Amino acid sequence: MQLVLERRAERSTKIAILSPLLAIALTLVTMSILFAILGKNPAMALYVYFIEPLTDSFTLMEIAVKATPLVMIAIGLSLCYLANVWNIGAEGQFIMGAVCGSYLAVVTNGTDPGPWVLPAMLLMGALGGALWAMIPALCKVRYGANEILTSLMLVYVADLIMDYLVRGPWRDPQGMNFPTTASFDPVATVPTLFETGRIHWGALVALIVVALAAVMLGRTIKGFEIRVVGAAPRAAAFAGFNSKRLVLFTFAVSGALAGLAGIIEVAGPVGVLQPGISPGYGFTAIIVAFLGRLNPVGILIAGLFLALTFIGGEGAQISMKIPLDLTKVFQGILLFYVLACDSLILYRIRLIASPKKAIHGTA
Amino acid sequence: MGLLEAIIISVIAASTPLLLAAAGELVVERSGVLNLGTEGMMIMGAACGFAGAYFTGSTLIGALCGIAAGAALSLVFAALTLGLAVNQVAAGLALTILGVGLSGLIGAGFVGERITPAPHLYLPVLTGIPVVGKILFGQDGFVYFSVALVVAIWWFLYRTRAGLILRAVGDSHTSAHALGYPVLKIRLLAVLFGGGCAGLGGAFLPLAYTPFFIPGMTAGRGWIALALVVFSSWLPGRLAAGAYLFGAVTILQLHAQAFGLGIPSQLMTALPYLATVIVLVLISRARGSAGSVAPASLGIVFVPDR
Repeated sequence: MQLVLERRAERSTKIAILSPLLAIALTLVTMSILFAILGKNPAMALYVYFIEPLTDSFTLMEIAVKATPLVMIAIGLSLCYLANVWNIGAEGQFIMGAVCGSYLAVVTNGTDPGPWVLPAMLLMGALGGALWAMIPALCKVRYGANEILTSLMLVYVADLIMDYLVRGPWRDPQGMNFPTTASFDPVATVPTLFETGRIHWGALVALIVVALAAVMLGRTIKGFEIRVVGAAPRAAAFAGFNSKRLVLFTFAVSGALAGLAGIIEVAGPVGVLQPGISPGYGFTAIIVAFLGRLNPVGILIAGLFLALTFIGGEGAQISMKIPLDLTKVFQGILLFYVLACDSLILYRIRLIASPKKAIHGTA
Repeated sequence: MGLLEAIIISVIAASTPLLLAAAGELVVERSGVLNLGTEGMMIMGAACGFAGAYFTGSTLIGALCGIAAGAALSLVFAALTLGLAVNQVAAGLALTILGVGLSGLIGAGFVGERITPAPHLYLPVLTGIPVVGKILFGQDGFVYFSVALVVAIWWFLYRTRAGLILRAVGDSHTSAHALGYPVLKIRLLAVLFGGGCAGLGGAFLPLAYTPFFIPGMTAGRGWIALALVVFSSWLPGRLAAGAYLFGAVTILQLHAQAFGLGIPSQLMTALPYLATVIVLVLISRARGSAGSVAPASLGIVFVPDR
């Protein structure tokens, strides 16, 4: 008896819809086992993780706050991954966006510069992220250097640049030596949507990004080009699509979106530039992109779901003393199951009675 | 002991985890599989290695626990990429995310605990050689093992039939399959070997480098090991040279920080990462005209037809 993988004649639409749900179900089962191993009541832990945050308007808004950067970054990454370009340094682009945008907030602090500051900060943030993303893109296009490794190395560098700035030149003189800039002026802060809660205009920006991405991928030549270059590079070359220019394009767009997410996070919910502004948004967004199967609407749903796990994880840490690292374990396991279930769209698993000896040549 | 001698010994120590993890990954990539989960397997090796040594008081058992943890994690990767034909890049990233989370969970209870570091083994007679004797033959067991491992891998890849088959699988899985070699089985063994090596490389950190465990203590060493494999052009000898070069960069920046030349410490800490980017660019540019030397089937999924 042996299990073998067999290519389907055509991709299964039914499984394409079911696979994310199946992946989530399998993850929940695995998590229950993990909870039991940790000596926690699985039913209660799952409730605290996934249901409790949905029962309170404050935590509901917090989910939207956490989902905002995740969705924006993941939309950019999905363009890269569709084109078979592997930008995994979004975390660094997020930080550089936050740093470049914060520059304006820091130099104008306390001078009441006027309402132009916030738009200019957002622009600088997007530009900073895009420029940081251009480094691995140019290294790949000009010299053929592997973008996975270069983009990831630059995450560490970006983190250290921010660390240097907030401990050195940008440190708040009144900050009791804490590594942080002064609190941003109200004029340099992304306003909240409602009187209470932290949900801010960035959430609307994220929704606009989702809509724009959906239009671009579904209705424009550029979107078609991204798909073709990713799925059939040779056909794309014959069609006259320039794959090198597309590497630059997808890196620039994803870098700009990550950078924009970075400055919105800093100028919105956080309010200062300081180490630890991101609990790994850039990496979690990779999971969001795949769970949303590189589709803008899917990414929106997946972003909300993963934001739920962040909030639920914090709640479980407080009320049930469940370690915060379990959220990362959960996210890793989820990505595994998503990838495994996605494989069933293209392949089916068959049980065959006895392997043909001829294949293995050991007869 | 002079300063130079101390520097050389610390360079060797800083290079060893890179060399162990990169040597394993070299074999994996030679078989045509790209496992980007090295960082996750290393940090799991570090956490489980520390746990093993903490409970038993034995460095050897700690090292074995590290190997087992790395191999176990790589088995998950193999199930996905070989069993279910999942994209190797995505699965490798998932492995790193999972490994970092799991190691935090396992290691949380050990933060702040100390163990006895691995003893230095002074090889008799050889240590007596003037100048270099103490440096080369007064290391801990991991260092000797890592050197032996690279030599063994070279011998396996270029001097044995099994090594030739492994390289054939990596260069053209369809041809190897047509010749009757069990492509997936060979790749599974390679991936497990690579996982064990990465786990051992990670275990070196809390067992010999610093006698305690810190979450995230691998600090990107797994990714640097991946870059080293590219740097080495998939050749074991160059891999060793590259690992010691990177170890030297790491130690250099530590000493420069100690001297306090007025350079921000963050810039010095960033040096190994910047060096990785620069080296990747230089090596790729140099290769530009000669074409790629990577195994031809690297990263491409293989589903045997029946």
